[in-house]
Amino acid sequence: MTSIGTGYDLSASTYSPDGRIFQVEYANKAVENSGTVIGLRVKDGVVLAVEKIIHSKLLVPEANRRIQTVDKHIGLASSGLLADGRHIANRARDEAASLLSMWRSPPTVQALVDRVGLYVQAYTLYSSVRPFGCSTIIGGVDKTGPALFIIEPSGVSYGFHGAAVGKGRQLAKTELEKLKLSELSTREAVFEIARIIYLVHDDAKEKDFELELSWIGDETGGLHLPVPKDLYDEASRKAKESLENFE
Amino acid sequence: METIDISRLKSGEVNLGTSIMAVQFNDGVVVGADSRTTTGSYIANRVTDKLTHVHDRIYCCRSGSAADTQAIADYVHYYLQLYAQMHGERPPVHTAASVFDKFCYENKDALSAGIIVAGWDKEAGPSVYNIPLGGGLFRQPWAIGGSGSTYVYGYCDATYQEGWGRDETVEFVKNKRRLKSCPSALALAMSRDGSSGGVIRMCVITEDGVERLFVPGNELPKFWEGKEVLGLPLNKKSSDEPVPMAVEA
Repeated sequence: MTSIGTGYDLSASTYSPDGRIFQVEYANKAVENSGTVIGLRVKDGVVLAVEKIIHSKLLVPEANRRIQTVDKHIGLASSGLLADGRHIANRARDEAASLLSMWRSPPTVQALVDRVGLYVQAYTLYSSVRPFGCSTIIGGVDKTGPALFIIEPSGVSYGFHGAAVGKGRQLAKTELEKLKLSELSTREAVFEIARIIYLVHDDAKEKDFELELSWIGDETGGLHLPVPKDLYDEASRKAKESLENFE
Repeated sequence: METIDISRLKSGEVNLGTSIMAVQFNDGVVVGADSRTTTGSYIANRVTDKLTHVHDRIYCCRSGSAADTQAIADYVHYYLQLYAQMHGERPPVHTAASVFDKFCYENKDALSAGIIVAGWDKEAGPSVYNIPLGGGLFRQPWAIGGSGSTYVYGYCDATYQEGWGRDETVEFVKNKRRLKSCPSALALAMSRDGSSGGVIRMCVITEDGVERLFVPGNELPKFWEGKEVLGLPLNKKSSDEPVPMAVEA
């Protein structure tokens, strides 16, 4: 037994003697090793960005997207196991549709996150399942204004002005703290978020990466949409420039 | 093909023969109803409360089957409590009305319910929604419903004005002069409709709360009710000249 650990980490349904659930902590490790995902909640909307690590040069560009649409006005970006992220996005869509049919008005991001959080938490209760190996950033604009949340593998969710998960989260967070998020416009935020993704990407260690950008706000008429190509190209170009100046 | 008469009650079913209405004004809404509940020609309850609380600032006026509308209102009350817990704030009137509509539409073959939902919320302010017999959701500045309403559509069209204020409206309610739309329209409906009658119950719903108002049956506004013709002595020249009808001031 000693050679294979204490045995408290074999199932999500077992606590360690000091009250931890190791399987959930391992799930967090899956996130920590994944590409960085950032969300910004600004004055008039939300911007999401993903540093998608390209494992093979043979991959088709824009394949395996990590940003998905949950409802017209809500976007989701996941860091960690991609397949788990897709499953959560699917569930989030079902929850959003259910809330819409129940109350006949577009769900608030908070209400959706609460429901998805319950779902994620259920996977920390049973020995027959493993917790989700991904942290999910959900952002949107609803009747309360712009909203941004993280759902962790444990199922807890927090609201943020600026959120970062994945490998580069520490550096990303120190950059986020320098921004005046409540004064920024979504257009300005696109440039900032692209710059931060390029900044936290470690050229030496990692292979190539692809930048994914989406936004929701006044610019998009309240819809979750990919950032238009011209703006995307401009943001990427400026991000690379600032990186050269930075070094 | 067999057709379903959704408006017919089972024999002996309790009916809210009813005159109900809701009117939106600047800071809130006024809902009102008569108080008669019948089983056939028998008045099962002459002091019914057809204004039903479904949330802090949302009421509904019920017409149709008493059993059906009470059950629906109970379900909606439950749903709205759930909404308040889930969202940490009061449900909008639109949400409440949507839940009513869902029940009324999805169970239209089994229900006999015509409901007016009215209240105040922080998004839309005061609002009134009408949900007719088979379901459907219609926002209106004012709505009337029940069997008595047919008698007073013209009166309401002629009387209602936009921009009534609260003080004005409450004054209207108290003096039974200005808020003529409510007690008068209801009193008119109640006097013509055999399935309506009793007393008038009203609620004024604003951001600050709900105020209940009551007009006893013997204090209802009175209108022309005809005059005694039979039994009068046949006077000399009874068909002398045309005489204007006697009308109370």
